[in-house]
Amino acid sequence: MSKTFSIGGIHPKDSKFSRDKSIEEFPIPKRVVISMNQHLGMPAVPVVKKGDTVKTGQLIAEPAGFVSAPVHASVSGIVADVAPYPDFLGKKVLSVVIDTDGDEWMETIDRSPEIKHEITATPKEIFKIISDSGIVGLGGAAFPTHVKLTPLEGMKPEYLILNGAECEPYLTSDYRLMMEHAQEILIGGEMMRRVLGDVGGIIGIEENKPKAIELMKRLTANYLQWEVVPLKKRYPQGGEKQLIDAVLGRKVPSFSLPISTGAVVQNVGTAYAVYEAVQKHKPLITNVLTVSSSDPSIQRNFRFRIGTPIREFLSAAGAMDKEGHLFQAFVKVVNGGPMMGKPVSNLDGPAMKSTSGFVLFTEKETKRQEEGECIRCSKCFQACPMRLQPYLLYQLAMAGRTEELDENRVFDCIECGCCLYSCPAHIPLLDQIRLAKNISLKNKRKK
Amino acid sequence: MTSTLLYTILSLSLLGGLLAVVLYLIAQKFKVQEDPRIDQVLEVLPGANCGGCGYAGCRAFAENFVKNPDNPDFFCPVGGNDAMKRAAAVLGRDVQEQVPKLAVLRCHGSCDVRPVFNTYDGSPSCAVASDLYGGETGCSYGCLGLGDCVDACTFDAIHINPQTCLPEVVEDKCTSCGACVKACPRNILELRPKGPKSRRIYVACANKDKGAVTRKVCSVGCIGCQLCVKACPFEAITFADNLAYIDPAKCRLCRKCVAVCPTGCILEINFPPKKQVTNNE
Amino acid sequence: MDKLLISPAPHLHSKDSTRRIMRDVIIALMPSVLVSVYFAGLSALLVLVVSVAGCVLLEHLIARYLMKKKTTVSDLSAVVTGILLALNLPVSSPWWMVLIGCVVAIGIAKMTFGGLGHNLFNPALVARVFLLISFPVQMTNWTVSNSVFRPDTWELPKGLLGAQGQLLDASSGATPLGIIKEGLANGMTIETLSQQHDFSYWHMLFGHIDGSMGEASVLAILAGLFYLLIRRVIRPVIPLSIVITVALFSGILWLTDPSQYADPLFHLLTGGLLLGAVFMATDYTTSPMSPLGMIIFGVGIGLVTMVIRIWGAYPEGVSFAILFMNALVPLLNKIKPFPYQKEVSRG
Repeated sequence: MSKTFSIGGIHPKDSKFSRDKSIEEFPIPKRVVISMNQHLGMPAVPVVKKGDTVKTGQLIAEPAGFVSAPVHASVSGIVADVAPYPDFLGKKVLSVVIDTDGDEWMETIDRSPEIKHEITATPKEIFKIISDSGIVGLGGAAFPTHVKLTPLEGMKPEYLILNGAECEPYLTSDYRLMMEHAQEILIGGEMMRRVLGDVGGIIGIEENKPKAIELMKRLTANYLQWEVVPLKKRYPQGGEKQLIDAVLGRKVPSFSLPISTGAVVQNVGTAYAVYEAVQKHKPLITNVLTVSSSDPSIQRNFRFRIGTPIREFLSAAGAMDKEGHLFQAFVKVVNGGPMMGKPVSNLDGPAMKSTSGFVLFTEKETKRQEEGECIRCSKCFQACPMRLQPYLLYQLAMAGRTEELDENRVFDCIECGCCLYSCPAHIPLLDQIRLAKNISLKNKRKK
Repeated sequence: MTSTLLYTILSLSLLGGLLAVVLYLIAQKFKVQEDPRIDQVLEVLPGANCGGCGYAGCRAFAENFVKNPDNPDFFCPVGGNDAMKRAAAVLGRDVQEQVPKLAVLRCHGSCDVRPVFNTYDGSPSCAVASDLYGGETGCSYGCLGLGDCVDACTFDAIHINPQTCLPEVVEDKCTSCGACVKACPRNILELRPKGPKSRRIYVACANKDKGAVTRKVCSVGCIGCQLCVKACPFEAITFADNLAYIDPAKCRLCRKCVAVCPTGCILEINFPPKKQVTNNE
Repeated sequence: MDKLLISPAPHLHSKDSTRRIMRDVIIALMPSVLVSVYFAGLSALLVLVVSVAGCVLLEHLIARYLMKKKTTVSDLSAVVTGILLALNLPVSSPWWMVLIGCVVAIGIAKMTFGGLGHNLFNPALVARVFLLISFPVQMTNWTVSNSVFRPDTWELPKGLLGAQGQLLDASSGATPLGIIKEGLANGMTIETLSQQHDFSYWHMLFGHIDGSMGEASVLAILAGLFYLLIRRVIRPVIPLSIVITVALFSGILWLTDPSQYADPLFHLLTGGLLLGAVFMATDYTTSPMSPLGMIIFGVGIGLVTMVIRIWGAYPEGVSFAILFMNALVPLLNKIKPFPYQKEVSRG
């Protein structure tokens, strides 16, 4: 029996065309641009300078505080620059730029391919390794993992939920990780479970990935504390709050962290990174991403080095012509999934730790249609998974009525996009609600 | 038939009269004692309720002004010095004349000088676009041209020029209420003095990137050469973050800075054309 | 240089659009339209064509020349209003009366409020009520449904043969509800009335009774309801609340005194209740947006309809009931949805 969340949600086509493309090792680029802003929280502080030689896996930036994470070199070579470089949206971010020279790894890193099953590290050691390896939430939010695994006062964790939902259309990187590295994910998950204090372990997987569910079920048969929960195919099933609601039936209150319901959610990719960090002493320097589109010939899954320019992925996937321009049919490149991903304006921008994929769209698929009048159909309200009233929030946002926006819980918006997706009048609901929400949160922080 | 008519008219008139008396008595009993001067001041105010004075509407302004009329911060930008003089007269006082201002756009990167690198397809709002990214051009400080300022203006004084893709302020209609200044997410609209004979000079650029970078994305942006700072005989130009700024209080409109600016990012408005041919043409 | 399209997320959109929804409503109305044309012939077609053309033309003219903006007829909402207006009128409505109806529906009830999405009252119903009050004779001149295309197996109702024995195109009569109201006022019982007149449920289902064009065939309306439900255009909440309320109310009355009150099935199948419940009360703009609001809305319509039918001056109350509840919709929309937070539970 598949479980699901109880409020709202939509059913876009899952478009998992790249599901059967095994993960390929992406060739090392000539130059990587590693941003210091790889995570939520304070940007890391560089510890290398121009001209330094670095090895793959070497520390190049230290965390700036607790809610921060270190950054490591994803290639070996010479530091070409430590300066602001434009990211995929053209915004300048302090980055360490490395010109690649060979691929010399730090000696401490175990590069053997065998799976190391036995967990010899204690929970405290596991926690420290996670913290030192720069592991952040690889589901997209990039929240430093060690912070999430640190329970706050008065909040007792009861479950660790591994998020294998991957509800965004087109993306299949988590699925491929589960199919090819299920054992490692489970070991990583087990480590995090122990850090939290022997809590229950749950793996949530959407039912459009039956092979992964079967595989995980087989592997967890020997682990008493672990359970695999199949989930209905629905967006945004992979959202933290929706996942907890589906799996445990608990709802996260406004302004509370998910841990207040006793659940800690981590992406399966994060669990894999934890395995690599603890068992192989490898810091977070690689990840898996999908390049997809509606064109059946442009479907790939790559394991890449952090800092690789986006252009190279698109070129390798066959989306560019001989002159290095994107095929004219594609008008938009999205960093992430089509529902919550950000558009790319600078193709020379680099891939980051939590980059999950790049999806290419044609004009017909993505160009926004002309805005009409609101017909008061309430489809946006029916679709909102947080039971907000988008039609009302939009009007209030346009009129700048901040108090009433707060009364109507604009800060609970998870920016999933269900409202804009469903609106028959093509009103840009989320655009304005997102702005109002950010202003509301900023005002709240000021107080 | 006529008796019915008579009785109807009589009874309704009586009822109406009685209710009128009752209403009058109640109105008198529960009347709010108010300073009559508030209404008098309200009379001379333009009644636009635009909030440009900083108060919630003309009535709020009148109430507060009557309470402390000597406070020099009170100024109705829409009514201007005229309205302020008459308002002060109601209170038997005089006011200091303030310099008339208007909104000025510190950017003149029109579509022909600022190439476009992508197409924006989101909600047609500067706030939304500016929150998302740097914009269609390479300059992440300049005008986005989506018209949040136009939407904010209640005096029909600012419009987007389709040829330049930039907003233009209509001098006669702008009341310097400041609504457009608040609406602009890039803070490039500024209230500056209109100037004698409506002449003013300002740096029409807000780009804080280094000169070489600015030059690549806009041919009329400030490149931070500081020639204007050196040329100004009145020390009216300050330089910070690769950007020059002319202090309107010190500027004497001598136009020396305009003459030396290599990119033409300093604009002189409403001056007669110069007799000599300058370098920046 | 690649000029990419940039917009905030989401980058996908459902295939839904206002025009699609209106198109689905038009398709759902087709069974009722076809049935009325089948039974009432060319006069029905005339009313429909005039109504639709009038509404579309009027909306175009008002939008372009009075409101000075782009024409709004392409979203097909004027077509829907036109069809609904026609289905609310008797077959014998003269063309000028239909046009006046269009002016009231589009001009007054819709465009003065600001156009699509802004109107407070259901435009077709406002027009119908306006016409009912202004032209009471024409509006209650129901024709006995009759048409050259009628199947021979069905009995000819009385009085359909003219003086020379030829088949008349139509003849006037009262609706079943009207007959009941008048009969009860004259002291007759339900039983005697049903013996004298044709109150066959079969005929109500298939469109053989008198009434406005749309209220005649219940089956056609149900077919439309089915289509709207599977296309997810409407939710069943409002029609269900109305029907259940009416059934309960009339059922309780009927059980207490069957000689004075008609049975629930009769009330459900007559008087345009189903037409109103399925097509008029479910209009997005004039109905509440939250499920609780919708339930209250439906129950209110059911109650007011029954009150008017039993104790009011008019035999038929659905139009008034819906308009009355339309006025309460802004208040109902103030009801906050069940808060997300209250559902916090620990397992």
